Amino acid sequence: MSFFSVENLTKKFGGLVANNNISMDVEKGEIRGVIGPNGAGKTTFFNLVSGFYRPTSGKVTFKGQTISGMATNKIARLGAVRTFQRPALFSDFTVLENVSIAQHLNTNASLLNAIIGHDNHREADSLERAIEIVDFLGMAEDRDTMANNLSHGLQRQLGVAMALATEPELLMLDEPVAGMNSGEKAVMVNMIQKIRDKWGVTVLLVEHDMRTVMNLCEKITVLDFGEKLAEGSPDDIRSNRAVIEAYLGADDSVT
Amino acid sequence: MSKSSFSTHLLVSSLVVIAFFVMAPNLVSAYRLELLTIFLINVILAQSYRLMATTGDWTLCHYILMGVGAYATGILAKMAGLPFYLVMPMACVVTMIVSLLFAIPLSRTLGFAFFIASFALGEFVRHVWLKFHYPFGGARGINGIPKLEIGQGGEWYFIDFWDSRNFYYFTLVFTILTLVILFRIDRSRLGDTWKSIYTDRELSESIGIDVTKSRIMVFCVSGFFAGLAGSLLAYQIGSIDPHNFGMVEMVYLIIWCVVGGVKTFWGPLIGVLSMSIIFELTRPLAEWRPALFGLILILFLVLLPGGLETLPARIRELLHRTGTQRGTG
Ligand SMILES: Nc1ncnc2c1ncn2[C@@H]1O[C@H](COP(=O)(O)OP(=O)(O)OP(=O)(O)O)[C@@H](O)[C@H]1O
Ligand SMILES: [Mg+2]
Repeated sequence: MSFFSVENLTKKFGGLVANNNISMDVEKGEIRGVIGPNGAGKTTFFNLVSGFYRPTSGKVTFKGQTISGMATNKIARLGAVRTFQRPALFSDFTVLENVSIAQHLNTNASLLNAIIGHDNHREADSLERAIEIVDFLGMAEDRDTMANNLSHGLQRQLGVAMALATEPELLMLDEPVAGMNSGEKAVMVNMIQKIRDKWGVTVLLVEHDMRTVMNLCEKITVLDFGEKLAEGSPDDIRSNRAVIEAYLGADDSVT
Repeated sequence: MSKSSFSTHLLVSSLVVIAFFVMAPNLVSAYRLELLTIFLINVILAQSYRLMATTGDWTLCHYILMGVGAYATGILAKMAGLPFYLVMPMACVVTMIVSLLFAIPLSRTLGFAFFIASFALGEFVRHVWLKFHYPFGGARGINGIPKLEIGQGGEWYFIDFWDSRNFYYFTLVFTILTLVILFRIDRSRLGDTWKSIYTDRELSESIGIDVTKSRIMVFCVSGFFAGLAGSLLAYQIGSIDPHNFGMVEMVYLIIWCVVGGVKTFWGPLIGVLSMSIIFELTRPLAEWRPALFGLILILFLVLLPGGLETLPARIRELLHRTGTQRGTG
């Protein structure tokens, strides 16, 4: 059985079929791209896999365990963590505090520990680890910046940092480079590569930016109108007629 | 201001405040001392209400929970004749259990639906108090709740609670304990995960925080301390009835929290303090009080939505702005 596998996943919103009978298998350590025109159903797919939505039918398994229908926090606890297409962060906290909150799964946070004062962000271990993650993602200078004062690019980076702080095995990134300038994009691409290479995290990457996807992914799954249109290596996808037509139809192009 | 000088300031001012409260019985009249006791109980209540607000859940049933603690105290102390050291913990636990029963259905709702549903649940409990003469005493409530007792006349550890100074100190101890515990929770990792729920529920859930469970837990902890406030109140006033825990009191509680703010730990304290002072100063105008407090509530919501706790930052910003204007002009 694959590390992460999706079988005949379907989601209907009333009459609209946002995901139709999607299947895929992802191996451990892979960086898998999921692409498709606007409204193809990519975010819906993430919402299903991460437990935000309940599938109409179909099944998702992760490390041999069925996770479809589970609560999001349980799926995160198992090690499958997603980021958001929008910048999502805890705006009243600093960068380091954001990461630190995201670490809570691996700490001894409990009511009793809170009351007796054995539970705070200054525990040496987790603080060290939080700093490591922040620095790793190239945000060392911004450790103590309030999250809502960060630039757009850094806010997206912080989103990835927080997901990483939960120590996931499967990281699902929803358009991590959306709205970034080319410099910021390069940083993010580099980061995703390192996340896989250094920490062995399997990555599912939803992205519109073709260069990013083609550079990073070993294998790409293409969605269109909620259905799986094609799957293969970047070269296969680049030359796939159906894919080219889907993108031309959507007034976009595969380059 | 640097962080360390700020905490020194904080320490010094807390010491001054504590010194005042310890000395109070020698400084004020017996009547004022009773008001001060009620003030301390209100501090517990407001601070426990603020705990709920950290996850973004504002309820309309907190006074009812306080009432549950008070009724439990009345029943256990008067009918069962139990001593205070059994009555008070039991009253807190009973309130916590009722909170759990409230929180389970309420955690399925959010925002306005949560607010209104909490009101409905609270009113249900109030009707139970009104309808069941046994053991709640109906509209008349429970009278003649025995005074708290520690020892009996003649024993060396005897404390006479007919002397209101002693009950004042008793309440002061519980108020400080509550503040210490809630302050620690506020500064803890757990406290931060609760605040994160308020900022972005979806993000919290995605990083593995069980939002539903957390909200239920906060509700129960908050209820526990509301129960403590109720238990102290029952011992203090000796008789309770459903009118003690009505919507007007609930609205006052909300006003304290709006006026002071709930983002920081100090907000509700500032709110209770300032509003209690205004409450006392307006005693001659008692008829106008509801209108006055309504006006204050509206003014704060419109002009200072974050409450008094945000005032220093606002003033700083204002000074900064006029400073730069002068610089450029
Ligand atoms: N909660 C919902 N209720 C109803 N319809 C929805 C909901 N979520 C998504 N949809 C619809 O499902 C379809 C797929 O949307 P989705 O957000 O998954 O697309 P996407 O591939 O992520 O698009 P984009 O590239 O623009 O982010 C769209 O038609 C959208 O309107
Ligand atoms: Mg999307």
